This record gives sequence, structure tokens and C-alpha cells, in this order.
Amino acid sequence: MAYENDSDLFPTAVKVLVAGGFGVGKTTFIGSVSEIEPLSTEELITAASIGTDNLAGVENKATTTVAFDFGRLTLDPRYVLYLFGTPGQDRFWFMWDELSTGALGAVILVDPRRLETSFEAVDFFERRGIHFLIAINEFDGAFRYDSEEVRAALKIGPHVPVVLCDARGDRSATSVLVSLVQYLLTAMSSHSA
Amino acid sequence: MAVHDDELWLDEDAGRLVRPYTVSNGRTSPTKSLDLLSLVMATGQIATTQLAPEHAQALGLCNGPTSVAEVAAHLRLPAMVTKVLLSDLVDCGAVTTRSPHAAASPTDRSVLEAVLDGLRKRL
Ligand SMILES: Nc1nc2c(ncn2[C@@H]2O[C@H](COP(=O)(O)OP(=O)(O)OP(=O)(O)O)[C@@H](O)[C@H]2O)c(=O)[nH]1
Ligand SMILES: [Mg+2]
Repeated sequence: MAYENDSDLFPTAVKVLVAGGFGVGKTTFIGSVSEIEPLSTEELITAASIGTDNLAGVENKATTTVAFDFGRLTLDPRYVLYLFGTPGQDRFWFMWDELSTGALGAVILVDPRRLETSFEAVDFFERRGIHFLIAINEFDGAFRYDSEEVRAALKIGPHVPVVLCDARGDRSATSVLVSLVQYLLTAMSSHSA
Repeated sequence: MAVHDDELWLDEDAGRLVRPYTVSNGRTSPTKSLDLLSLVMATGQIATTQLAPEHAQALGLCNGPTSVAEVAAHLRLPAMVTKVLLSDLVDCGAVTTRSPHAAASPTDRSVLEAVLDGLRKRL
């Protein structure tokens, strides 16, 4: 039987999420790293309905559509990295389990002129226990906060890396991912120690 | 409860009303559980001419290992509909699949090291 051992045929797909508020540069970042033009599609998510008085034991569920974009980077014959952009405008992506399940980690992009637009993403990953780093996308002419000011404003712990980047640059965006994976490896060592 | 789950609005900002999709004969739950990062690939055992147009089009997009998300984007169909089409193709032996979670765990050190090496080579 030719297809007995699927692992001989398939590379392993891994996922990193690119999050942050509306217009912070998520799609630009994905496009810089991806070997294909960023693609987009939409998925249905099932979410508990909000603001209804649930009877005990009765769960009200509703379905909503979220659009998202993604890119791909073949790392070697065995591993393919997918970058998923979280929908910046959609209030309901936070309920989307499939998005975060199995993600290696997340890059939270921050626009230094509008730090507050990335608060929700920080909150989301903290709650889900997904490791993330903060990448400050240096828009031209933007006021430069130093990384400690950003850390304080976003209320994140001292262990979370805060890096600067230009989402339009291949090398810059790739360096952010290198920093993320290094951080994930460090976090893993300190947990298993 | 008289109203079917799928016909509830979350609230008016949540998105459009979900209707059964004609392309997948109204089914919205695939028999085979595929997720966005499941990789699918044609087996070569079924020809596109043996299939309905939507299925044939989906099959034509997976000559090499391809993610469900990519097939959906190229078909310009919602991922949920694409999963149904692809699971039909798995059921009839036209494509084979591998779930990402089968092999990659976010807590697997060797996976992270391979990803790090691959990324560094690009710098
Ligand atoms: N000057 C400058 N412009 C940037 C940079 N990154 C992104 N932009 C621009 O900012 C705008 C928004 O970038 P996108 O990548 O679309 O942002 P996004 O986060 O995907 O936006 P949404 O998906 O709408 O939330 C675009 O016009 C980009 O060209 C940057 O580093 N510098
Ligand atoms: Mg975008």
C-alpha cells in the first residue's frame, strides 16, 4: 500500500500567529516573510452568544464568520511554517479556538502611535497561555518609545521580548520570528528545569 | 427552542447569517476532521473527470501537499465549505491527508529547533 506511511509524503505544517490591532501592519509582515502573496479566506466560528440569560445547563451558541489572511514559508523539506494574521477589526476572533490551537507562538505587532490597539491581543494570548513577543512596527516619523515604555504601557512581564521591526522588510520580519522561536525555546527550558 | 442554532445572530456586528451551502449539498460538518493546516494531497487514484465540478476543482489544487487554508483561498470558498469538499475527496480515496497535530506539538523542542534553523538560513 503506497500511502501507509503518510509522514514520508507530507512535511509538517506549523503555525505562528501575527496579531495586533487594526492597521498595525499584520498583512504587510506576513507578506514580507511569506514565499507566496498573502492569501485570504474566511472561517466559521461557533461562539457562545453574548448578553443572553442562559438557562442553567443550556448553552446558547451562535455561528459567525471571520475573515483572515495567511502566508507560507517552506523552511526545509520537513517543515512548512504558516503565518496566520488575526482579523484586526473583528471582535469575535477571540472566540476562535482553531486559530490558537497548536500555534507555536505569536507575534503581537504594535503601532507606536496607537499602543492601545494591541491591548486586546496581549490579553487574548495571556489568557490562552500562548507565548508571544511584542514587535514595535516603526512607522516612519512615529514617536519612538523605548521598549521599557512599551512594556509598561502594555503591562507585560519582564520575560516577554520587546523588539523593533519594519514590517515591510524581509530580514526585519524574519528576525522577529527568530527572536520569537528563541524565546519559545528559552521558555521551554525554564519550564522543564 | 424553535430557532435552529445556525440561524441565530450573535449580534448585529457578528457577521452574516449562516445558511446551508449549496455547493456542499447543505452539509456543514465534514465527516473527516480537517483543520486549516491539515495538509492534503491527491493520490492519483481518482481522475478529476470522475468528479463533480467543485470537487474536481478542489482536487486540481492539491497536486503536492497543500493546506486546507490554501485550497479554500484559491477556491474562493469559506474554509468550512472547503473542508466538506476535501473530506469527500478523502472519503472517496482521491486525496490523502495528514493533520498538523499528529506530528507537531508546540511543546516539541525538535520542532522549534528545526524552525529556528530554517528561519536563520534566510537572514
Ligand atoms: N511606513 C510604514 N508603513 C507601513 C509599515 N507597515 C505597514 N505599513 C502600512 O500601513 C498600512 C496598514 O498595513 P497592513 O499590513 O494592511 O495592516 P494590517 O494590520 O494587516 O491591517 P488590518 O488587516 O486592516 O487590521 C498599509 O498601508 C501598509 O503599507 C511600516 O513599517 N512603515
Ligand atoms: Mg490585514
